Amino acid sequence: MAKDEMNPAFKLIGTRVLRPDGLDKVTGRARYGADFAAPGMLFGAAVRSPHAHARIKRIDATRALALDGVKAVVTRADFPTGLTGEDWNLQENCMAGDVALYDGHAVAAVAATSALLAQDAAKLIEVEYEPLPHVTDVDDAIKPDAPAIRPGAADHSVPDGMPPNVVRYFEFGHGDLDAGFAEADIVRAQTYRTEATHQGYIEPQACVGQLGADGKGEMWVTTQGQWYVRWMCAAVLGLETAQLRVTPSEIGGGFGGKTTVFIEPLSLALSRKAGGKPVKLVMSRSDVLRATGPTASASMDVKIGMKADGTMTAGRAEFRMQGGAFPGSPLNEALECAFAAYKLPAVEHIGHEVLANRPKAAAYRAPGAPMAAFAVESLVDEIARELGLDPIAVRLKNAVREGDRSSYGPRYKSIGLVETLEAAKAHANYAAPLGPNQGRGVATGYWFNHNGDTSVSMAIAEDGTAQVSVGTPDIGGSRASLGLMVAETLGIPYEHVRVNVVETGALGINEPSHGSRATFASGKAAVIATEQAIAEMCRRAAAEWGIEPEAVDWVEGAAQPAGPNAGKFPPMKIAEIAGQMSSTGGPIAGHYEGLPEGVGASFGTHVVDVEVDPETGRTTILRYLVVQDAGRAIHPAYVEGQFQGGAAQGIGWALNEAYIYGEDGRLQNAGFLDYRIPVACDLPMIDTVIVEVPNPGHPYGVRGVGETGITPPLPAVANAIAAATGARLRRLPMNPPAVLAAIKAVRGG
Amino acid sequence: MVEVHLWSGLKRLTDGEITVAVEAATVGEMLDALTRAHPGLAPVIEVGVSAAIDGEIVNGRHVAIPPGAEVFLLQRLKGG
Repeated sequence: MAKDEMNPAFKLIGTRVLRPDGLDKVTGRARYGADFAAPGMLFGAAVRSPHAHARIKRIDATRALALDGVKAVVTRADFPTGLTGEDWNLQENCMAGDVALYDGHAVAAVAATSALLAQDAAKLIEVEYEPLPHVTDVDDAIKPDAPAIRPGAADHSVPDGMPPNVVRYFEFGHGDLDAGFAEADIVRAQTYRTEATHQGYIEPQACVGQLGADGKGEMWVTTQGQWYVRWMCAAVLGLETAQLRVTPSEIGGGFGGKTTVFIEPLSLALSRKAGGKPVKLVMSRSDVLRATGPTASASMDVKIGMKADGTMTAGRAEFRMQGGAFPGSPLNEALECAFAAYKLPAVEHIGHEVLANRPKAAAYRAPGAPMAAFAVESLVDEIARELGLDPIAVRLKNAVREGDRSSYGPRYKSIGLVETLEAAKAHANYAAPLGPNQGRGVATGYWFNHNGDTSVSMAIAEDGTAQVSVGTPDIGGSRASLGLMVAETLGIPYEHVRVNVVETGALGINEPSHGSRATFASGKAAVIATEQAIAEMCRRAAAEWGIEPEAVDWVEGAAQPAGPNAGKFPPMKIAEIAGQMSSTGGPIAGHYEGLPEGVGASFGTHVVDVEVDPETGRTTILRYLVVQDAGRAIHPAYVEGQFQGGAAQGIGWALNEAYIYGEDGRLQNAGFLDYRIPVACDLPMIDTVIVEVPNPGHPYGVRGVGETGITPPLPAVANAIAAATGARLRRLPMNPPAVLAAIKAVRGG
Repeated sequence: MVEVHLWSGLKRLTDGEITVAVEAATVGEMLDALTRAHPGLAPVIEVGVSAAIDGEIVNGRHVAIPPGAEVFLLQRLKGG
């Protein structure tokens, strides 16, 4: 569908209806992962390695098992052998085998009749370690003489002769790079570093697992993807997948971190060993930080050529990323997003994925894109300032438009980068006066968005209301947006639609709520399912009237003859059709199973004003503007919330957050006191502008909004600090000591 | 014939070619033909790849490739 063919005369799309989960959440009625309980339930605790890298010589659980009330202890010996590939990685990460690979790696787990007893018993499990040399820094890990973490782990992509910890290599580009740089008036190259950060979801991992000797199991869990939990647990434990039923709880944040498993297989293994009793496992914050997936840390070389008028002639990016002791860092996503905003005649990307003695990285909101943006958008800003050019004008000059070749190859379909840049330029924030020690930063960001395996079922109830069953947990307002789309399509009030996130037994497989896909993919599926139900209701009306189904239209929640030639009948409302369905052919429903194609990518532009205290190096965010192309904002308040949330997390990543490892390879800041995420008093109200360049691939124009918002803040804040102080920071976090040191380096003293 | 643009890191596995022409009407046929032409690509494709057909990133093997379409092989994306 072309953009100008999309009907803007919606009744519900774009309205700010009440949140379906609001009352449950503010009254405490919502049931999160740790709120589940089952009769006879035991409580689990994990024993975790205090070493960054150590051979496990002996595990003795005799003293723990002697405690009254301790029902089971599991180690890797209780898991099947012979797994390969990602199945093996998952198993190894959930429970160490011969070697503990990072501080916090689980080596055993215990189940007992109370949580306190389980924790006491865990302390009585004796583990004898032989410490091994370790490495936690990405640039150290890639050295040829670094301790080899897992020899032989490199995949097919790694050329011969690479250092031992390089497990994946990626290279792509187009054009004549040398000619591009030769054409430039100015060529600059710099190195940037970002530290690993955690998703920082408020709700820790929590689950209740039950598994019998017959191989049938149940799990209640906080997750972004119940089908992923099912197949991962089944793979790790050697179960038949369909024998495990997984029910998702309400979720207290995920941001990508809950698209995989950590403790879930342990609860099932403990349950099986304890005779099938359900076992609850809830992680502490310390365990969440030590042992669940943060994002990768990155070391990045970037080179850009630019003409004096701001035209970019060539770009080159060489990234090194560590995602812990396992493959899985977002290397390719980072590189593919690096220059995505720019129309470049020549570009080259090279990437190395490196193992280090850290926890296995998990996805984090636009995985890889924020790091890449930090490097590229910082250097674009630096060169623009050197040339005396306006940062938005430079970006507009080089901005990709529909039909342009992307830096990663394919030509763009409908995109809205230019629209976001122009909206940012026109916003009052971009003209707000700045005082002493204040500076303004601009950056753009990109995310592909995603579709994925999707199953949705919708059904009409006896009174003409509608229920929608989806497999994508609601992490950003998808129940409201799906409800709005279904109600709009049916022509009934929003309040007459209930959207339920259902368990694995209720639908075909679904990918998690990741890749900003829930409102796009489940939404498109729900609309298709609704159209099936509407077609069936038109058939029921046609049968009643004795006319052909093709002669019936669906208008504002009722079937009616398509025109005077179809016959003269009063409209038959949905409640009337639904009330008679048992006598007119039975249930009325629609469903969708497939891969909804038509994904629309999303660009955003951020503008931030900061003030830097030259005495302390402390940065205060004065104003922050997010402009992003949503395609179509189904529920604008949720869209604005996604924009603001992405900015808040990005500001934390830019200014404060970082995994800090000691010389001993242990995580030094495994708690929110020392790992400091922004709180409300750290941030101003974040301004938002929703740009709507509808995605032709979705019935209501949706692109997906969850991830793009975290990509520009890292460079936007760095660019603002550079403007305020004259000091360019190329390493995160830009905390007060780092900023102060940079100011002193520039100004002396 | 479909001309499939590969990422340049794959040229080690394709005798130096970064554009491979294959007979295919769907994404699945294209992936199978690539593997036949260059068996070294098999592990890459088994891990999971996406295709971009005239700019649209698709994951389904059933997706048709129109005559004359511009086709890129991409690593399978994941999100948060």
